[in-house]
Amino acid sequence: MDPQNMQNMRSPLARAIGLGSAKEGVGSWWAQRVSAVALVPLTLWFAASIIANSGSDYATFIVWLRTPLTAVLMILLLIALFYHSALGLQVVIEDYVHSATKFAAVIALRLGCSALVTAGVVAVLRITLSG
Amino acid sequence: MPSPTTTRPRPLSPNVQIYRPQLTSVLSILNRITGVLLSASAVVLVVWLVAAAWGPQTYAPMQAAIASWSGRIVLFAATFAFFLHLCGGIRHLVWDTVHGFELRSIYISGWAVVAASVVLTVAAWIASALIGA
Repeated sequence: MDPQNMQNMRSPLARAIGLGSAKEGVGSWWAQRVSAVALVPLTLWFAASIIANSGSDYATFIVWLRTPLTAVLMILLLIALFYHSALGLQVVIEDYVHSATKFAAVIALRLGCSALVTAGVVAVLRITLSG
Repeated sequence: MPSPTTTRPRPLSPNVQIYRPQLTSVLSILNRITGVLLSASAVVLVVWLVAAAWGPQTYAPMQAAIASWSGRIVLFAATFAFFLHLCGGIRHLVWDTVHGFELRSIYISGWAVVAASVVLTVAAWIASALIGA
């Protein structure tokens, strides 16, 4: 298909707003991609750190987690990870759950992800900032 | 009078189980399955961090669970799921730039995802074993 013709079939306003016929799906789509791109370096850093900490005891692990760079990256990882998870799992729910429980499942998912990311961030801050 | 047609079993459209699995379809559903598994792993990550924040007494059973054989098998599966989702995700990001949609490219990138995931998983565990030893 010629992309030039596809452009011409849309009104200037539609092109400026940049939304498809669904109007709101593009927001989730972008958020999924942006969080995915953020997660590439963050998860690779996490995997490399876990490998580097192989066999470490509690004290060594805490020393590693207490460095400011580790704490910042870990918090960024938690936020990007649960944001990406919430978006992905919502699509899974919307694909397979068709009854009235769909709404409840999506709300439970969002609340659960919010609670988990908060717990994770507080845990990191507690380790980093205590004593 | 004939019975209403609604009481007869209606023909169903071909469903997913009658198709021969292909690399494309298998990787597509695996990207979703690994995504769900990695979400569960993210919960474990939070439990692990909270246990560490709580103190060494709480962290010890967590570390023992991870170091156990069943823990290691789960962690190995999670590592493979991570690399498969990561490589599959990068493949998706390339597709988002409207590149690599030719059938040949799709199969090349698909097998590249499988190969890279296996190599990275094995490399990660070898590196971990060497450092932890």
